[in-house]
Amino acid sequence: MSGIRVLVGTRKGAFIITADGTRRDWSVTGPHFAGWEVYHMKGSPVDPDRIYASQTSSWFGQIIQRSSDGGTTWEQPGLGPGDMPSFDAPPEDGGMPPKAPNRFVYDTSAETGKPLTTHQWYDGTQHPWEFARVWHLEPSLSDPDVVYAGVEDAALFRSTNGGESWHELAGLRGHGTGPDWQPGAGGLCLHTILLDPQNTERMFVAISSAGAFRTDDGGQSWRPINRGLVSEYIPNPTAEVGHCVHCLTMHPARPDVLYMQKHWDVMRSDDGGDSWHEVSGNLPSDFGFPIGVHAHEPETVYVVPIKSDSEHYPPDGRLRVYRSRSGGHEWEALTEGLPQANCYVNVLRDAMAVDALDPCGIYFGTTGGQVYASADGGDHWAPIVRDLPPVLSVEVQTLS
Amino acid sequence: MIRVILPHQLQTLAKADREVCVDVGGPVTQRAVLDALEAAYPALRGTIRDGESGQRRPRVRIFACNEDVSHDPPDAPLPEAVASGAEPLFILGAISGG
Repeated sequence: MSGIRVLVGTRKGAFIITADGTRRDWSVTGPHFAGWEVYHMKGSPVDPDRIYASQTSSWFGQIIQRSSDGGTTWEQPGLGPGDMPSFDAPPEDGGMPPKAPNRFVYDTSAETGKPLTTHQWYDGTQHPWEFARVWHLEPSLSDPDVVYAGVEDAALFRSTNGGESWHELAGLRGHGTGPDWQPGAGGLCLHTILLDPQNTERMFVAISSAGAFRTDDGGQSWRPINRGLVSEYIPNPTAEVGHCVHCLTMHPARPDVLYMQKHWDVMRSDDGGDSWHEVSGNLPSDFGFPIGVHAHEPETVYVVPIKSDSEHYPPDGRLRVYRSRSGGHEWEALTEGLPQANCYVNVLRDAMAVDALDPCGIYFGTTGGQVYASADGGDHWAPIVRDLPPVLSVEVQTLS
Repeated sequence: MIRVILPHQLQTLAKADREVCVDVGGPVTQRAVLDALEAAYPALRGTIRDGESGQRRPRVRIFACNEDVSHDPPDAPLPEAVASGAEPLFILGAISGG
């Protein structure tokens, strides 16, 4: 019997929501990490019981949590009884790094980091790179002990020991455009990490407000992939970097086709990000945060239009998911079961996910604390929980 | 035995009660108490003091005998009432919304 496990990160803790494959009756556990912000949780594709979580606080800092039993119990990786977390630097001789699950230190070595120390601040001046939190955790497609972390201020880190220690893939910050990156309203955050299932050397990341970037050598070197993006709100609307990309997604069977929700504009690339074209079509607003793709139909895409960058709620107070079955351009509103009056919630960039059942299930969480699910590709929706703290992220595991 | 009061988020992180006790050998200072606290509860390392700099986090405050000692030198002696265990050392998250 198959099952579904929904991992929900909120402003005040994490929740895990489960159902069997019928997706009719849902059970909620939590809050885990009560009182802390949980920006993201995600399970390993090769070991679904291995789940990583980013627990964070403006008061008390960043904590990485890991579960090996599907989220029932959690531990800070490497911090068993008697262990002492270290913030010491890794040994220069390449020996075993200290167990430091919460240590995210920017690489400033000349060899790898090209010691970039500043990025652009809101007022255009240069500002030091300062670690704030982990926005996104992306477990490897092949090894449950390998996991990537996208952080604020924007950088990409990797752990190869289950989160016990982290090192920066500094070629991203160091490739040359870093001083031109500037924070979006939510900070200078690396929020999207896509791993190419057909090419282990290729990854995509997205940064607000810098744009999309790609590596073809496993993370050593990077280049911007923003050709075709037009952002009227920046000094040079077609600049190489500076675009506020909100989310990227791909279908695993077709990794050269990428979909993007930009600050404004829904975009598509058919060449692995080398070029983009707009597919906003008939959307009521092309501003939004998440974008998702159907598990079995690579041309079926989902977005949640938001009125504007200053009014972060649905147009007309009606919460509508829009679905395109043609890879963009032509969109239909999905409203059955969603509030169609006086609804002023937002849906954040990491708060939409799909399951792998047939028909495909679609899930999203709102800043009003609801998590909605559709078990029929978006035709009908119902809340599976409705009074959580503001939802920051939603991930879905399909269990066999 | 030094008594320390933890804020809620650190209680859950450390899987500890609101009040915990630690032993300090030698002068009872903020640094000595926090070192002992982190040794007893490794999960707390980096949460009260920044792991890199060792400095108190900006939104953490420390009180002893109703006095804010957050800005006192870390090696300054804490009040005798704290050193004797008559009064606890309070660790607080600054009031800043949320």
